[in-house]
Amino acid sequence: MRAVVGTVPVKDFPLTVGEVTLSGEVLRINGETVPVNRGTPALLAAAAKAVEVAGAGKITGFLVGDIGLGDGSRRLYDYLVRNLDRFDVEAMTFHYLQPDVDWHNRVLFAVESMPRKPLLIADAGFMYAAKMSGNASSYDLFTPDVGELAFLADEAAPHPFYTRGFILHDENKVPDLIRRAYAHDNAARYLMVKGECDRLAEEAGVMETVDTPSVESMEAMGGTGDTLTGLLTALIGANGMSITEAAIAAARINRVAGDSANPTPASQVIELVHQLPRAMETVLGTCRHH
Amino acid sequence: MAFFDFFKQKLSKTRPTAAPREDRGFLVFENTSEVIQAETLLKKRGWTVHVMGPPPEINSGCDLVITFPLIEELNILRQLGHAGLAPLSVMPVTGPLLQPVGLFQVKDFGAYLMVRAANMKLVVEKQTRKIVNISGGGCPDVPYLAQEMVGKTLDEAPRPRQIGHTLCGYALELAFEETLTRCAP
Repeated sequence: MRAVVGTVPVKDFPLTVGEVTLSGEVLRINGETVPVNRGTPALLAAAAKAVEVAGAGKITGFLVGDIGLGDGSRRLYDYLVRNLDRFDVEAMTFHYLQPDVDWHNRVLFAVESMPRKPLLIADAGFMYAAKMSGNASSYDLFTPDVGELAFLADEAAPHPFYTRGFILHDENKVPDLIRRAYAHDNAARYLMVKGECDRLAEEAGVMETVDTPSVESMEAMGGTGDTLTGLLTALIGANGMSITEAAIAAARINRVAGDSANPTPASQVIELVHQLPRAMETVLGTCRHH
Repeated sequence: MAFFDFFKQKLSKTRPTAAPREDRGFLVFENTSEVIQAETLLKKRGWTVHVMGPPPEINSGCDLVITFPLIEELNILRQLGHAGLAPLSVMPVTGPLLQPVGLFQVKDFGAYLMVRAANMKLVVEKQTRKIVNISGGGCPDVPYLAQEMVGKTLDEAPRPRQIGHTLCGYALELAFEETLTRCAP
């Protein structure tokens, strides 16, 4: 199974672990419903739709309510530390969680107790904590946008808010930022850098780029980076796809779905999610012909 | 360590240095009285804070600082402000000379304007001044802030500084302020 760990922006949403499905515009998990907006619900919506279309198993969510106070995140961290040894997981994606180095390290330690070590993917707040902890190289994949890549590249910054001005988050500087992130051991085995051009990279440099179709408005839409991370989480292992193949396919599908939604900067991410089945057919069909 | 425990150590000339903790920040105050009051208030509200000697880079304020969970800077500053205990300055433990992001990236989409501060992006419809999208960030208040702000005008929407809690919320506040300037009625 593939797992997603994150938060929903509802203060009293209980700590819930279970299979996640998408029903219209809401997620369902253990009798609870979550509207799809941005953040972890957007990631889960894309992942749930992708496994449904690909017939590729299921997505298990580890969710809790947190509106930024960190209380929900810490309850979820505590649950993971106590219970991860019961879960056999192929790939595990950590997402919108309160960055906390101490809890991060305890969770990473608990992963070692799992029946098999899952592929570890981190995005958003948990990626910030992974970098701050000095354990970035324990991860298989980080999925930063260009601003977050600048933070990974700045060895001194404890959060993107404090990224130094000379480390410009400029699309043209991305290869330099990737080099700098690896030079200071602040990158995972692979980086999927989301931007005008999506770049898959490893320590040796950029491996592959995806820049078509180019949909300018997607940069303004909240959640389009989350859907990319959700797609790659769902595709790992589907039809034998490796983590790098899944990342590239996810970037293509996300762009085709975005293009099909014909978005404006005011569009909402659920419009992209609705286009995923057709986009998957287009991209994965294309892949089979190559 | 409570304030007076620290003071005893200081008297015995075993002044501790600030242990590097990557996700901590320093709160710098005008005088020791404020340090004591702030420490008491923050501990009472459940935060893990410690009183320490300042690093050499800090050259203003009193001879003590408080370390706190940096991610929760926005919430903590709001609480201290309400109590009349606003610090002189705040800085990361990992780099006391680091400053909050000061550069904004602005992208004009014609009918819409996008302002980016650090990892946060805010998009408004120029004509109506309505917030149509918020994206970026990684802390859990970002989806919450988006939920509360998107669909409202710049005048109607709650400010990130009022309902946000983290550094991502703080970055969004800076983007919001820049947007207000650029989209003045």
